[in-house]
Amino acid sequence: MSLQLTTYITVGLTFLLYIGIAIWTRARSTKDYYVAGGNVGPIANGMATAADWMSAASFISMAGMVANMGFGGSVFLMGWTGGYVLLAMLLAPYLRKFGKFTVPQFIRDRFYSKTTAAVAILCLLIASITYIIGQMTGVGVAFSRFLGVSSETGIYIGMAIVFTYAVFGGMKGITYTQVAQFCVLITAFIIPAVFISFQLTGNPIPQLGLGSRLAGTDIALLDRLNQVVTDLGFREYTTAYAGSMMNMVLFTLSLMIGTAGLPHVIMRFFTVSSVKAARISAGWTLIFIAMLYTTAPAVGAMAKYNLHRTVTPGIENHSSVFDSDSHLIAAQRPDWMKRWEKTGLLKWEDKNQDGRIQYYNDTSTDQVFLDNAENAGWKGNELTVHADIIVLANPEIALLPNWIIALVAAGGLAAALSTAAGLLIAISSSISHDLVKGILFPKMKDKGELIVGRIAMTVSILIAGWLGLNPPGFAAGTVALAFGIAASSLFPALMMGIFSKKMNMQGATAGMLSGLSFTLFYVFAHKGIFFVQGTTFVHLFGGENFFFGLAPEAIGAVGAGANFLIAFIVNRFTKEPPEYIQALVEGVRLPRGASIVEGAH
Amino acid sequence: MKRDDQAYWKATKRLLCIILAIWILVSIGLSIVFAHSLNVIKLGGYPLGFWFAQQGSIYTFIALIFIYIYAIGKIDRRYDVHEE
Repeated sequence: MSLQLTTYITVGLTFLLYIGIAIWTRARSTKDYYVAGGNVGPIANGMATAADWMSAASFISMAGMVANMGFGGSVFLMGWTGGYVLLAMLLAPYLRKFGKFTVPQFIRDRFYSKTTAAVAILCLLIASITYIIGQMTGVGVAFSRFLGVSSETGIYIGMAIVFTYAVFGGMKGITYTQVAQFCVLITAFIIPAVFISFQLTGNPIPQLGLGSRLAGTDIALLDRLNQVVTDLGFREYTTAYAGSMMNMVLFTLSLMIGTAGLPHVIMRFFTVSSVKAARISAGWTLIFIAMLYTTAPAVGAMAKYNLHRTVTPGIENHSSVFDSDSHLIAAQRPDWMKRWEKTGLLKWEDKNQDGRIQYYNDTSTDQVFLDNAENAGWKGNELTVHADIIVLANPEIALLPNWIIALVAAGGLAAALSTAAGLLIAISSSISHDLVKGILFPKMKDKGELIVGRIAMTVSILIAGWLGLNPPGFAAGTVALAFGIAASSLFPALMMGIFSKKMNMQGATAGMLSGLSFTLFYVFAHKGIFFVQGTTFVHLFGGENFFFGLAPEAIGAVGAGANFLIAFIVNRFTKEPPEYIQALVEGVRLPRGASIVEGAH
Repeated sequence: MKRDDQAYWKATKRLLCIILAIWILVSIGLSIVFAHSLNVIKLGGYPLGFWFAQQGSIYTFIALIFIYIYAIGKIDRRYDVHEE
């Protein structure tokens, strides 16, 4: 069977499964629609949260980013897992006890203010919408790469699939589809990893393979990789920092805090039946996420080694990389390279016209290496490799059968669709529940709200699709912004709402606004005002990374600090929260007892 | 809050501080700040600092959540505030 046909069948079967689940899980009340009835089991919720969390970026791009950055790539591995410790201990059990449907609803009741709620809705919308752009483009990319349809068609198909289960099933439909999507994506990620680990090291478990010797030798894989990349002028794999040490620390912290503050993740914990279930569910979530996150660094390092071995075969027999016959003859390059060249993810250009591919670091800081390269007749690096290649082409690089390549396609689509659906329910529920019902028409009935919810979902899908079809040129920069905003505005407000009984509405509002504006200011300074090109203004402050050398991706943690600081200062000089609010906070802290408030009210 | 509830909250906060301290120590300390010094030690083919950054820290996070669940469950019952 041809690769194309196998892929169509595999992806088609997974789509049928998702639609089947959608029919089976129709939402009948707002409780079904917003919190899946409020009785999802902890393990099922763990899987759903894991699928919700692991986006197209986690599935397709992360292993490649780790491969490119080496040790520095650890910021993503730790940043996107460590936040669950915060979530499990500081937020999930208490927000579950509070018993509401959405994040802004907690903010509104705890800070007894529609203004504070409106600020929270604003933060939620900015964070979730910037995040969803990446998911919709991810859907388009996955379709076009794997199924050979245009990326526009891909986005329309993706919108239709999400529509069937999100509009009719709400959170309930999304939850059970996400469980299925988790199973698809984790299988698709792990199977090629097992194969490649076994091929290279003889150990089928990638987590152990990465720490093993190369099969048939007594050299550790990582030592060999270090040697190969340094021979080619790159920084040593296992020690390369991402920027300065301080930058790496704050980058990691920003991603961690941002993870714990992202509304589409938090609201998944409203669907379980008890405080205890919320805690356990967070533990299961992290186990399921770790299955991918501990495999990804193995995939990254192994695929990188395979790639170097393919392009610079000379390293296999330990001849010098400067020997002319160490490099791959371009005419003999494998088919997968030619195939991916068509997508633009792989580019080859014969700069020195010798018919061979020199793949090395031409911006190395090692002058001796550059001199040697010049003496060998190299005229610059000839191969550009997009980070996504590491996962997308991994099965082909390792010469795995077609059905595995098809499975990777289904996995990539599952990852993108599940995250998109989770973001859509966060966006549409904050519009229907918090804005329309909470602020504009408080007297609306359950049935009316359900209709408004479905309309809001439909509109959100259309907007997300439009953004996916017309991605603003800054898609790459937006993820940093989503995490920065979640870290600097929502997380501190939620945490103070639980841990500081005396925090009042003025403090929380001022805190969120300063965290938000500080982060926006720093990101816009680097990436342009609302990402419009040519409007960067870093030069006014002394150039790139002017705040203690921090990259804009690392600023969320500082924004969170600013939020806490301003909130406590303002809180000191304004009126204490009323007695009943303080009693409410005390109630939230104790596991026993019914929900503090029923969600629908 | 009644007296007991206040003691419960105090015990909870103490537990959270201990766990967060380990969380910071492993993720920021061992995996980033002291990673290069730890790399002298090998864990199989892994330099230890690198292992913490790309594997060990994640296992630690999982362990911390389950230790928290166990410990907070005990505290809940001791102060008689657990769910029925």
